[in-house]
Amino acid sequence: MQVEAYAGEEMILNMGPQHPSTHGVLRLELETDGEIVKKVIPHIGYLHRCFEKHAEKIDYPGVIPFCDRMDYIASMNNSLGYALAIEKLMQLEVNQRVQTLRILMAELNRIASHLLSIGTYAMDIGSFTPFLHCFREREKVLDLFEWLCGARLLYNYNWVGGVSHDLPEGFVEKTREFLRQFEPVITEIDQLLTYNKIFIKRTANVGIITEKQAFSHNVTGPNLRGSGIRWDLRKEEPYCGYETYNFEIPVGLGKFGPLGSCWDRYYVRVREMEQSIQLIIQALDRLPEGDVQETVPKRIKPPKGETYDRTETPRGELGYYVISDGGLIPFRLKVKSPCFTVLSILPSIAKGAMVADIIAIIGSIDIVMGEIDR
Amino acid sequence: MEYLRQVLFQNVTGFDQLPGSLQVFIPMLLGCLLCLGLVTLFPLVAVWLERKVAAHIQDRLGPMRVGGWHGWAQTIADGVKLLLKEDIIPAEADRLLFKLAPIMVFVGGFAAFVVLPFSDQFIVSDLNIGVLYIVAISSLGVVGIIMAGWASNNKYALFGGMRAAAQIVSYEIPTMLAILTVVIPVGSLSMQDIVRAQSGGISNWFIFQPITFLAFWVFYIGTLAEVNRTPFDIPEAESELVAGYHTEYSGMRFAFFFLAEYANMFLVSAIGVTLFWGGWQGPSWLPGPIWFFLKAMALVFVQMWLRWTLPRLRVDQLMYVSWKILLPISFVLVLAAGTLALVAEGTP
Repeated sequence: MQVEAYAGEEMILNMGPQHPSTHGVLRLELETDGEIVKKVIPHIGYLHRCFEKHAEKIDYPGVIPFCDRMDYIASMNNSLGYALAIEKLMQLEVNQRVQTLRILMAELNRIASHLLSIGTYAMDIGSFTPFLHCFREREKVLDLFEWLCGARLLYNYNWVGGVSHDLPEGFVEKTREFLRQFEPVITEIDQLLTYNKIFIKRTANVGIITEKQAFSHNVTGPNLRGSGIRWDLRKEEPYCGYETYNFEIPVGLGKFGPLGSCWDRYYVRVREMEQSIQLIIQALDRLPEGDVQETVPKRIKPPKGETYDRTETPRGELGYYVISDGGLIPFRLKVKSPCFTVLSILPSIAKGAMVADIIAIIGSIDIVMGEIDR
Repeated sequence: MEYLRQVLFQNVTGFDQLPGSLQVFIPMLLGCLLCLGLVTLFPLVAVWLERKVAAHIQDRLGPMRVGGWHGWAQTIADGVKLLLKEDIIPAEADRLLFKLAPIMVFVGGFAAFVVLPFSDQFIVSDLNIGVLYIVAISSLGVVGIIMAGWASNNKYALFGGMRAAAQIVSYEIPTMLAILTVVIPVGSLSMQDIVRAQSGGISNWFIFQPITFLAFWVFYIGTLAEVNRTPFDIPEAESELVAGYHTEYSGMRFAFFFLAEYANMFLVSAIGVTLFWGGWQGPSWLPGPIWFFLKAMALVFVQMWLRWTLPRLRVDQLMYVSWKILLPISFVLVLAAGTLALVAEGTP
């Protein structure tokens, strides 16, 4: 009875939606006992833009800009999934050049996305410098995209049946040049951050997602691979001809602590950038000739039916479920978001952590609120 | 302050006609004004320097426009902006404490400057308990930080204040013990005595003697934590606590925290220089105060360098470093210094 009298109360701490490191407009309700967090309740919906409802009022190509705006960090990957779903519905075959370009852009965008994720994660842990180094490199990728299609963030590049622009002259050389100077930067990031003692201390024993938890919460992408499970849709269900490329799937190693920690997830992202470089080099090497808008239909009017198509974005499995009633606009469009499912694991892995760990965990699962709220 | 008074006696006609109390008071006032000038002007330079150091570490340029040459006037412009900003006090804040807190923090850092020996002549007051005074007065800042955290009526600020209190109190102990390893061989707490004990060439500086060499690193890590610099910037950890104890502060009150932080950076570096790096001593082709400044700025630069390189520790890891690593080391060092002193006393 004495203990109870002195136990005190838990303090409710509202973290977000305006907070420097909740990665957008996530709101977390923390029940804290001193520095220990007893309970975490994530609140979402601050960035809800009715994407799925809008899609029921717009014709098929008009939906693509909305897809770009879901996961605005990796727009190329998002519109790719949609384009593939509609093509599947229409049973459209695109030519080799379009497929290669799509892989090229998806992987370049994956590098840009992972750079942002790694940079902001460094900042979450309190190290400012890697953030700017990552952004410097990301800018170079964005410059390439700007050159390609005029936009730096929301590209509207992947069309149903093709892509919006062919490569400008000299793009291949510029991309090779970027890759040449980017490869040493990964080593630099490793030296500056990945193997930094303090960084390892802060992340290697925090936010452990076990294999079982990962499966039961449908964790996908680098977060799943961080738990040591070798599952990547680019290998398991290849699209755009990923099966013809030679690349590896990095997984978490549990080098400095239990498998599935924040450090492992971070580590997978760094290694994935290396694999993306390999993919881009291969895509640049083979780049077949062809007209990139050869198969773009005049009127996109898929037959009656429904389809589900999933692709591997930098954040995991992104699925598009499309129902067509045979008209010019989708009857229903539902998105399966990787960030949404991985956010659902937060309350269980963040329990009993410290306030600073919550930030480390949110950063390591790499969520983009635009995709969660849609 | 004897030096200043002598200068006044020699150069100001009629100074010796003044009543005795004024003869004491005027040099004191002048000395304090000099220190105040240093405390307020130094951050202007240091903030600009920090931004430049940060920028070059991060492969960018930093401020380049305001004032022309490498944006030297940027901090002045920022200072003017802060002065002109609206003074906002949260509705539910404890107004008195909220206003008092920045002053407390600033005073704590400022008052310690009076015992800094800038040269063999220039020291505002060579207290015979100088080291003790510094340790005592610079701890006043913690009270201000807790006040700020509590009075803001903001949970983040409260977290920041609590963290700062825990951190500064626990790091003071190893720092203090590290200082003792210098005090023991010198046998005096006066700052000038400590500097004089290191005279006679670079090899007499305490940094180049085995026990005090180790003590310096304990001291430096401890002071890093005391002035809340990375990797120990937990009280104001921006990614967790938004801005920690000064979340609710803006305008000039915020500037006071800022001034205090940079003044403290210089202060701990200057103490480090006095205790371990020979103070104002150096080759005679540069005057003492310049040497003192150069050495202190070198240590300030290392603080900046660390800040822009390292991530931040977690609060429990920080406590671990203090209580389980630094404290035992500093105990052993004090013991060793004491034994050495005893042995030295025993031999004729």
